[in-house]
Amino acid sequence: MPAVSKGDGMRGLAVFISDIRNCKSKEAEIKRINKELANIRSKFKGDKALDGYSKKKYVCKLLFIFLLGHDIDFGHMEAVNLLSSNKYTEKQIGYLFISVLVNSNSDLIRLINNGIKNDLASRNPTHMNLSLHCIANVGSREMAEAFAADIPRILVAGDTMDSVKQSAALCLLRLNRTSPDLVPMGEWTARVVHLLNDQHLGVVTSATSLITTLAQKSPDDFKTSVSLAIARLSRIVTSASIDLQDYTYYFVAAPWLSVKLLRLLQCYPPPEDGALRGRLTECLETILNKAQEPPKSKKVQHSNAKNAVLFEAIALIIHHDSEPTLLVRACNQLGQFLQHRETNLRYLALESMCTLASSEFSHEAVKTHIETVINALKTERDVSVRQRAVDLLYAMCDRSNAKQIVAEMLSYLETADYSIREEIVLKVAVLAEKYAVDYTWYVDTILNLIRVAGDQVSEEVWYRVIQIVINRDDVQGYAAKTVFEALQAPACHENLVKVGGYILGEFGNLIAGDSRSSPLVQFKLLHSKFHLCSVPTRALLLSAYIKFINLFPEVKATIQEVLRSDSQLRNADVELQQRAVEYLRLSTIASTDILATVLEEMPPFPERESSILAKLKRRKGPGNQPGAEEARQERERERERERSLNGSAEHREGGAAASAKSSPSVDVLSVAALPTNRPRPVSSVSLMQTPFLASCAAPSSLSAGPMTSLYPSADLLGPTGSPPSTGGSLLVDVFSDSLQAGPAPLDLAPPNTAVSEDNFSRFICKNNGVLFENQLLQIGLKSEYRQNLGRIYVFFGNKTSNQFLDFSSTVNCPDLLKTKLNVHTKPADPTIDAGAQLQQILNIECLEDFTPAPVLDIQFRYGGTLQNFGVKLPVMLNKFFQPTEMEAQDFFQRWKQLGAPQQEVQKIFKAKHPMDTEVTKAKIMGFGTALLDGVDPNPTNFVGAGVIHTKNTQVGCLLRLEPNTQAQMYRLTLRTSRDTVSQRLSDLLSEQF
Amino acid sequence: MINAILIFNNHGKPRLIRFYQYFAEELQQQIIRETFHLVSKRDDNVCNFLEGGSLIGGSDYKLIYRHYATLYFVFCVDSSESELGILDLIQVFVETLDKCFENVCELDLIFHMDKVHYILQEVVMGGMVLETNMNEIVAQVELQNRMEKSEGGLSAAPARAVSAVKNMNLPEMPRNINIGDLNIKVPSLSPF
Repeated sequence: MPAVSKGDGMRGLAVFISDIRNCKSKEAEIKRINKELANIRSKFKGDKALDGYSKKKYVCKLLFIFLLGHDIDFGHMEAVNLLSSNKYTEKQIGYLFISVLVNSNSDLIRLINNGIKNDLASRNPTHMNLSLHCIANVGSREMAEAFAADIPRILVAGDTMDSVKQSAALCLLRLNRTSPDLVPMGEWTARVVHLLNDQHLGVVTSATSLITTLAQKSPDDFKTSVSLAIARLSRIVTSASIDLQDYTYYFVAAPWLSVKLLRLLQCYPPPEDGALRGRLTECLETILNKAQEPPKSKKVQHSNAKNAVLFEAIALIIHHDSEPTLLVRACNQLGQFLQHRETNLRYLALESMCTLASSEFSHEAVKTHIETVINALKTERDVSVRQRAVDLLYAMCDRSNAKQIVAEMLSYLETADYSIREEIVLKVAVLAEKYAVDYTWYVDTILNLIRVAGDQVSEEVWYRVIQIVINRDDVQGYAAKTVFEALQAPACHENLVKVGGYILGEFGNLIAGDSRSSPLVQFKLLHSKFHLCSVPTRALLLSAYIKFINLFPEVKATIQEVLRSDSQLRNADVELQQRAVEYLRLSTIASTDILATVLEEMPPFPERESSILAKLKRRKGPGNQPGAEEARQERERERERERSLNGSAEHREGGAAASAKSSPSVDVLSVAALPTNRPRPVSSVSLMQTPFLASCAAPSSLSAGPMTSLYPSADLLGPTGSPPSTGGSLLVDVFSDSLQAGPAPLDLAPPNTAVSEDNFSRFICKNNGVLFENQLLQIGLKSEYRQNLGRIYVFFGNKTSNQFLDFSSTVNCPDLLKTKLNVHTKPADPTIDAGAQLQQILNIECLEDFTPAPVLDIQFRYGGTLQNFGVKLPVMLNKFFQPTEMEAQDFFQRWKQLGAPQQEVQKIFKAKHPMDTEVTKAKIMGFGTALLDGVDPNPTNFVGAGVIHTKNTQVGCLLRLEPNTQAQMYRLTLRTSRDTVSQRLSDLLSEQF
Repeated sequence: MINAILIFNNHGKPRLIRFYQYFAEELQQQIIRETFHLVSKRDDNVCNFLEGGSLIGGSDYKLIYRHYATLYFVFCVDSSESELGILDLIQVFVETLDKCFENVCELDLIFHMDKVHYILQEVVMGGMVLETNMNEIVAQVELQNRMEKSEGGLSAAPARAVSAVKNMNLPEMPRNINIGDLNIKVPSLSPF
């Protein structure tokens, strides 16, 4: 007898569904649905109380309409009524509706919780199960709060029915996932572990899932589960399959439970206890042996179930990575599967072998399969399988087979599916660099990559080849020759033009001796590509031209001619025009000596780890790491990188002005700021730095003349300046990183409402820049202040390839601040398109002096998850400074007037940045005060004065900063008429040096 | 963890959707379309696993699917699940449907969406595998059925309605899922 009798339907529902199915067009369907929605709405709102049957019918209809993709915004109340009913069928549909249609934010949760509470307490197993299902499916925080305490009790109670125990275990697991803080295990731990001994295999299966998740979080608490799991596994594996009756699936004993137990064991290292270890090894051997036995059934279910256990056993062997014999057996088994006629097995074998390749015991064994894998790459019909083959080749690559593997990948790339090309490009680039003994091979490989898959070659890849060429002088001549030859092709990719332009600009002289590649020929070759290229590439080429003028005086006239042409000097693009004008001028007025210094060859880049690797990592989930060892190293490097990144950012900030003076080589083609994985923070600093830098460098280095005016563009011209470097826009780099990155992984996005203040202090002395950035979003600011008023333009850049929905950004002032600062916000658009930027304007009025900063609360939906976080807005008291110029006499007079002890705040602190006079001056001016020369008798000291404007008062401020270069210390003294102001300003400013 | 279970027919019409992770309604529909697009363009004898679409989380997730006659059963799972295990779970689910509905076909799923949900609930709960033993699942469903019968009042509503509807002249009447012989009913895996 069928378990569902087909006659039990609801007639109204059946008729409605048939109506919909009979609709001839989409419009007709929508019309019919709207009619039904109106009908249901009126029924629900009507005066007549509906009976359970009708409610159930209407709720079912709503579910059906929802399935068809229409929003349902009512009916929840009726569903809650249904689930509170005593009738099972009504309860059931009520719960179903709620679990399908209520999201965790619903206000109804309280009512629902009430119903659940009653059912949990009912001791009726079916009702309890329904309520547990609902908790597990909705899994909201409110539910966790309400029931986290009850569920463990139900789970371990002696008189709970098996089916309820099963549900309770999974329910607890779900709550632990969604709100771990609310589900403390503590007292229940031991009893939960003992569920592994339960009679009922269904209970054991659920409990194993639960324990696995808990053990991942706190392995020590659940250590005892290892022995129980091994015992259980051993009983299953060695049993004659009939022992387990219903849990035998196509002649395989309890396959799901075995898989789960093997997963649980992967949370732990191999057991130390010898006997236990022996027993586990025995289990694993038995599983491997069974794979060689003839199948007990020809059905695919049998082999699937058997192999599910086998693959999990192999995963455990690889995880333990301690028994060489088992590892080799595992490898052989996978080798067999590589040639299996069943595609699923080939796929899984390739995937498992990837992890096996990183084990020292089996790396060599994996390598023996290289021909099979290469063959898979060529012959598999399924792109998913080919992709796994690429992954495996990447994982098994080492010095001995790198050339072969890179060559195979390159040749596969010519025909590879579009969807995986970019990843292959990254992999080839990483391997080529990692295993390059001979760098000419590396250069050839990358140029080949550009030729074969130019569109997929991202910035990281071609930046990297330039870095390497610059750093290794043994390959420079070869690189110049090779790019020169490659550029001869009638149609070459723009990325090749970029690399070619850069390399010839730097090292064209190395091949200029040959008449076939004389300077003029080189220049003409490059210039023949010029008109086909985009603006950033043209900008780069212009820089290459000015470098040519330095390298080869004989082509100066030709190049000047080109620069002088209307298409350059009057180019509509401001960046190109500026370069043309400046370079032309530079080439005309500067002496050869100056040209030579300004356009000197680029210094080597600091050795850093490849940014490509980082990019590759970002693309791939954690499951796809090349190997354990490598993963570990990578983590190490990651940490290092973070350190160096922070360091270098600061270093730049501090040293930028210094370098303007001391190292005259203009980094015309600067790649300096880009190299590592997350170039943004660095580059954003340098972008912001430029105007301020140019201004402060100007007086001190007059001799450099045009050089300083070059500076604003210098950074933009480098690859850092990023593709959309149109004009000097502050946020030019908003998109560059993300567009090719594809779907941004979510891991870096702060999911909770944490308030970020990372960049806060950088804004103390400046008004523009990048305030916040993660994988999804970049927030840039431009601000201007006049007296007690300010205006901030906030730019939100969507770095992903998906739309942000329900976007909102509001300013939140702490209570203390509300009476002191008025912030007026214009509401922002609720959506930001992929790659687009949204601007919001904040108007600010300072009423009184203040200390805390307002917080920008940002909320939006990306890929279904709600992102919510705060960013501290850099609105500080010193923004309302107006500088005051005064003579020494005035200064000292006022200084004395502000002599009361509470008016002065003094602070002595260690220098955090290099002590550079120009930088310090710029910072004091950036802070808002006037910098007074000739006031302090000691010329190394700095003195400043200004007035803070608030709506109610004005506060005059005097400051003095005394550096002690020997001790690397500063003494900062501030005097103002108000003690709170002195204190706040001292806190703000002392952080800057 | 299983993040979503999607059943749709050869034209991409959803027949059952179940998300165990919150997605806004509109996004749910987009995910269905994306998944259909990814799955339907694949030949029948390629492998049953592929990387998840960008909307559902990309390569950290796998789509594991089976194609039965007119219907696709797609499970979207994270890396903590065994691929072959899930593939068998789909089979268990379908076999259970077949037992409960006696030769299940697409129409059963359409007209008894609620029942299909209830059966699924006995197999998967909150994204985790609850029960894999078919007899146990069927027993639970029968228990539900008995309770429904005993509450007679509402199920006494026109019993012939559905069978009448089923015989109405419907456009694109789907074929049976044809689950009679297991070897035939999994067309993608038959070449043995």
